[in-house]
Amino acid sequence: MSIWEYANPKKFMQTSAWALPWVAGLALLCLLAGLVWGFFFTPDDFRQGSTVKIIYLHVPSAMMAINAWVMMLVTSLIWLIRRHHVSALAAKAAAPVGLTFTVIALVTGALWGQPMWGTWWAWDPRLTSFLILTLFYMGYIALWEAIENPDTAADLTAVLCLVGSVFALLSRYAVLFWNQGLHQGASLSLDKEENVADVFWFPLLVCIAGFVLLFVALVLMRTRTEIRARRLQALLARERLA
Amino acid sequence: MWALLTRDLRLAMRAGGGFGLGLAFFLLLAVLVPLGVGPEGGVLGAIAPGILWVGALLSCLLSLDRIFALDFEDGSLDLLATSPMPLEAVVAVKALAHWLVTGVPLTVVAPVLGVLLNLPGTGYGWLVLSLMLGTPALSVIGALGAALVVGVKRGGLLLSLLVLPLYVPTLIFGAEVVKRGAAGMEVSVPLLLLSGITLGAVALLPFAAAAAIRVNLR
Repeated sequence: MSIWEYANPKKFMQTSAWALPWVAGLALLCLLAGLVWGFFFTPDDFRQGSTVKIIYLHVPSAMMAINAWVMMLVTSLIWLIRRHHVSALAAKAAAPVGLTFTVIALVTGALWGQPMWGTWWAWDPRLTSFLILTLFYMGYIALWEAIENPDTAADLTAVLCLVGSVFALLSRYAVLFWNQGLHQGASLSLDKEENVADVFWFPLLVCIAGFVLLFVALVLMRTRTEIRARRLQALLARERLA
Repeated sequence: MWALLTRDLRLAMRAGGGFGLGLAFFLLLAVLVPLGVGPEGGVLGAIAPGILWVGALLSCLLSLDRIFALDFEDGSLDLLATSPMPLEAVVAVKALAHWLVTGVPLTVVAPVLGVLLNLPGTGYGWLVLSLMLGTPALSVIGALGAALVVGVKRGGLLLSLLVLPLYVPTLIFGAEVVKRGAAGMEVSVPLLLLSGITLGAVALLPFAAAAAIRVNLR
């Protein structure tokens, strides 16, 4: 059993049809449990008050915004190397989801920043690199939309994704150089002494799991839609020829 | 290669004035910014490095779609692709031609615009040096963007959406060199990083751009 079996659209459709309700259900369960736990059953932070609770939306969506791009990078590589159509379609399906997570992270961050930092926006390295990530997502989606031939579009967006990854990473460290930050450092590392307290940590873990599952469910669903759209086009083309 | 370079240079100089337009745009930007910001010398001097770099970047963007689009339309790109010269070299030469007609003139006029923007006296050398080192990266990254959208009708706007995020690191380090130079600070770190980006881009991006052109000519 290898993952390459799922390069076959039929096999992918069968397995994902079975898996999708489970993943979506689990995502819903985790999100409900994590958010209710986080919002109603954790204490207020002694300095941040109840604004600390936005962490349950902000941190998971920010994590997934970056992970979605990494997933697109991997699927783009698979498409360029092994020419599996499902892979290219999964990259296409993931981009708007990733963009949404990026925007959620930016908006929740602004909502938290207003009472805490006294400003909606600061040109802090993390904030800036997230804004740049948004632009990368927009460019990627726009390129998919602009090109009609699906294989050409898949190839060109894959090239853009590879080059974009390098430049996104460069930008991430370039902005560090350009401005020292207001944003707090990492507080979820597994190997550090000082982390977020356990009361906040456990519901946050559940929320992160929920966002990961939500991402998987959305990408599966959107990939299935893309595959069906592709099949429909093939049917229409066949009909025109007949 | 030489023939291709001279051909591209001649086309850029003669046909349609793409050569002067970028410079005129750069000049206009340097005139419009003080009109918008106000004539106080201190404010202008403080934002001059950033404005000049953003201006150089935008004027570079103006002529990017000419790198491949015209050749794609009249079919000469197909001929170039089937010629014995590797496509990567074609891309590199075309990017070089683009740099010679945009990057170099921009670098030359930038100090004059620096006077208009009240750039502090210590900044001029660093301005010229940073533009000299940074504009090749702008041309090569732009060549990749142009290669990606060459098959798209009216791809100009899409091109800017794709290329501008890729320009971020170059812009940051380039403007930082001038800013630090103008303030009389140590500039070697951003200068080295800027050169690193340019060298990396010149070495690697022609391959990506050539791949994109092959896809578009398929």
